[in-house]
Amino acid sequence: MSFERLNIPAFIENLDMVVSFVEERADNSALEAKKKFGLLIAVEEAFVNVCHYAYPQTHGDVTISIGTEKGQFIVEISDSGAPFDLLSLPEPDTDSDIMEREIGGLGVHFIRTLTDQTSYCRENGKNVLRMALRTDG
Amino acid sequence: MDIQTRKEQKATVIAITGRMDAVTAPEFDRLLKKQIDDGELFFVVDLQNLDYISSAGLRSLLATAKLLKGKNGQLHFANIIGTVKEVFDISGFGSIFQIHGSVESALASVS
Repeated sequence: MSFERLNIPAFIENLDMVVSFVEERADNSALEAKKKFGLLIAVEEAFVNVCHYAYPQTHGDVTISIGTEKGQFIVEISDSGAPFDLLSLPEPDTDSDIMEREIGGLGVHFIRTLTDQTSYCRENGKNVLRMALRTDG
Repeated sequence: MDIQTRKEQKATVIAITGRMDAVTAPEFDRLLKKQIDDGELFFVVDLQNLDYISSAGLRSLLATAKLLKGKNGQLHFANIIGTVKEVFDISGFGSIFQIHGSVESALASVS
């Protein structure tokens, strides 16, 4: 599989660049509109997580890789920070009252809910979050 | 993201257009904080023209709701539709906020 890549500094201000990169390729794929919308949210959540937590004392890059394989649209988001599996976070409590409601964990909940399959691996000193959405319905 | 505010008799109506994401949501926080600091306590947030919201946007809405609740203020929502509604539903926010079908009905329930 051949990936297209965007490598940029992990700053929140670069979100628009990430969104454009993913959206353009999603537009040219067989992804239905609803899945594309979910994908863009999942990508934001993953990118923002890297920006906030991957490089606590320093600056680093984030790489967005996009490809398709076997009826799937794949987006991988990787960073060179300390090993961290976003998917290890617990599910948020989505039933609690407004004053008790904590927002933590909602981003990863969106990633899980809005993609068909998401996995984490540590590869060549990088955290790689791989999100897949089916393009065949 | 673009935010329009207008003062009605019972509340201030905040209409958000475009994207409420990790970059733009702090703008909403600043605007609402200033309104609340200036003494406004009753708000209707109209999401008719909101195209996109992520957890960062929801975090801002929740923070504002909590701030207002602590001051006996009120935050009502109107026109949560389409893909934005889906995000509210997935997050469980659809059931913790006061949501109305129109700005008029939201204003009517401000008390």
